[in-house]
Amino acid sequence: MASHATADVGHDYTTTGLNHTKVAMWTFLGSDCLLFGAMISTYLLYRTRTAAGPTPHEIYDIPYTSVSSFVLLMSSLTMVLALAAIQRGDNRGSRVWLLATAFLGMTFIGGQIYEFTTFVEEGLTMSTSPFGSAFFMLTGFHGAHVTVGILMLLSLVGLSLSGKLNQEDSLKVEMIGLYWHFVDIVWIIIFTVVYLIPTE
Amino acid sequence: MSHAAGHGAEMAEAPRAEEELHHHPGPRTYVWIAVILSIITALEVAIYYIPSLSGLLVPFLLAFSAVKFVLVVGYFMHLKFDSPLFKRLFVTGLVLAAIVFFIVLATFFFGAEHPGLTG
Repeated sequence: MASHATADVGHDYTTTGLNHTKVAMWTFLGSDCLLFGAMISTYLLYRTRTAAGPTPHEIYDIPYTSVSSFVLLMSSLTMVLALAAIQRGDNRGSRVWLLATAFLGMTFIGGQIYEFTTFVEEGLTMSTSPFGSAFFMLTGFHGAHVTVGILMLLSLVGLSLSGKLNQEDSLKVEMIGLYWHFVDIVWIIIFTVVYLIPTE
Repeated sequence: MSHAAGHGAEMAEAPRAEEELHHHPGPRTYVWIAVILSIITALEVAIYYIPSLSGLLVPFLLAFSAVKFVLVVGYFMHLKFDSPLFKRLFVTGLVLAAIVFFIVLATFFFGAEHPGLTG
């Protein structure tokens, strides 16, 4: 396996010897597991309660969602390549990969907006059934997380263009990268549990 | 004396320097991980459409999903290479999320005599 060493030089450290921003980010991600854990639990319990509205089997478009999932997975690759680029001092390369990540994120969000619009036209809204409420709450919260991630990525691109994001600031890219990958792993679970596992 | 003190300071700094030095994979490894993730996603979708595998669909899907989760967390988020403390923080969140899930599940299955609670 090809490997290279990177050092968090010039950053603040806690008494554990670890960077406190990174400790805080992992603590936040651990706590965010609870938010999504609660919403996935709620979805699993309510997915058969469709009232008079459409059922998951009737409404989901698996090939379409598979493409969206692939797009989000690839955005994790571009994100980690942006981090690798800035850690080796390649600011331009880092900018390109950050923009690619933001673009893939926007593609995913565009797909989700189209999916939501289609579902509403087919009769599934937040108030149609417990299934509808749980579905829109879960995927909507995930979409909000992706949107926040896109804004942070574009902020990094802005910092880079103004010369305020260099090799010694790689921790900023790493932190936003951790958030972005977390959003990706949540979607890995949602894609399997919500879309692929059959109701019956 | 001063030399000894300096040597002691170096020794004290050594563990911290060790912590600072993260051996992250290179871009080639990241691309390979992405290829593996893509193949697993394709397999997930493929088995969804194979009727003869319907009995094994859920275990297969959960296993594939777990592999993808571990690959992203381990390699893209560098948890495999970073301090064990980060792993503990994240696993604590996952375990608490699992506990929340089982409590909600128990509320629905054992609270049947309280229809107002479970809808």
